[in-house]
Amino acid sequence: MKGVNFVDLRDAGDPVELAAAYAEKGADELVFLDISATEEKRKTLAKLVLDVAEQLNIPFTVGGGISSVEDVDILLKNGADKVSINSSAVKNPDLINQLSDKFGSQCVVVAIDAKNIDGKWTVHLVGGKVPTELDLFEWAKEVEERGAGEILFTSMDHDGTKNGFANEALARLSSELNIPIIASGGAGNIEHFTDTFKKGKADAALAASVFHFKEIEISELKDQLRIAGIPVRIT
Amino acid sequence: MKIVIIDYGAGNIQSIKFAIKRLGYEAVLSSNEDEIRQADKVIFPGVGEAGSAMKMLRSTGLDKVIPTLKQPVLGICLGMQLMCDHSEEGDTQGLGIFNAEVKRFDNSVKVPQIGWNQITNLETHLFDNVQNEEYVYLVHSYYVSECIDEIARTEYGVNYSTALQRDNFYGVQFHPEKSSKTGEQILKNFLKLDLRN
Repeated sequence: MKGVNFVDLRDAGDPVELAAAYAEKGADELVFLDISATEEKRKTLAKLVLDVAEQLNIPFTVGGGISSVEDVDILLKNGADKVSINSSAVKNPDLINQLSDKFGSQCVVVAIDAKNIDGKWTVHLVGGKVPTELDLFEWAKEVEERGAGEILFTSMDHDGTKNGFANEALARLSSELNIPIIASGGAGNIEHFTDTFKKGKADAALAASVFHFKEIEISELKDQLRIAGIPVRIT
Repeated sequence: MKIVIIDYGAGNIQSIKFAIKRLGYEAVLSSNEDEIRQADKVIFPGVGEAGSAMKMLRSTGLDKVIPTLKQPVLGICLGMQLMCDHSEEGDTQGLGIFNAEVKRFDNSVKVPQIGWNQITNLETHLFDNVQNEEYVYLVHSYYVSECIDEIARTEYGVNYSTALQRDNFYGVQFHPEKSSKTGEQILKNFLKLDLRN
């Protein structure tokens, strides 16, 4: 089964209402990325998670500013199904082991942002602004070995372009790893989703703006995917 | 109707509570034997590792309580796995309610299975108004090997028993609380179960 996920409910009106609406339309999963990491914001996030969990009948992931086992404990207790960690995993890779040991790998998503620099896929931090020394494929492998349950891979080269997902890199990740890979960055039309499942071998595809601005209707997308022979949940 | 969710410190039970609330019922969390025995319906959840979950059940005495319950009991995910004879996870002895073995997916598929998959070969009132091949949400690395208590099947590399029933005991590998309208229907069916019928 290939998943269609929706990300980023940051500045989109009432996130709880919006989340329920996307679930109703057939999204398979939702991802909330709140980039704020202050103590005050974290409390707000926990409350938001609780409100979403009360309404939502599909799984959802929460990410942004998570840097400790305690942070994750609060989010899961409030009803999140998974958490997504990114920079904190690079700074402290052992956090992946700790989270996986304590909560199970199924709720640990490691988000990786990378850019292709002179043929080398390089991991970036802070929303793709800060380059690291890490190679995407080596880091992804390490992340899997440390116990991540899924990888959310965003190609900074494709994000925002609406020219399609980074299918070559995705296909390589999918062949080298044995955990699900979520494709992110580049969705512009329905064919891009078909391509990322077929060519990119992605297990799920994630998009925000094409759904948010109704350039693609989820029901239409899923019908087309099914016609293309990709197994999807039709609601 | 009194609905009790067994609370033994394993996993996130908030979502189940909310799902029941969306159906118009109120569930209470409890680890108290009397309260569990007096409930009309009992839900036995579980997320985590089989060995440590069994240890928690034993330390609270719930391992003796659960198999002797008389009302409808629904095990969810690890809860269902713990109701089986034995699990490969940590070589754990289960509650022995279902005659079934819990095994690990081999590496021909991605492990854990995280996501939506179909249920087929549906039996019993638990699946009233649910169509064959509807999708449910699953998150697991271990599965129940096909067995005589099977009331639904899923394929992921192998065919496995994705739902079980014996007497008043039911178990589902998937998360009805996260399985959209299909899951709501199944939860509703469970809450409507009447053993006198």
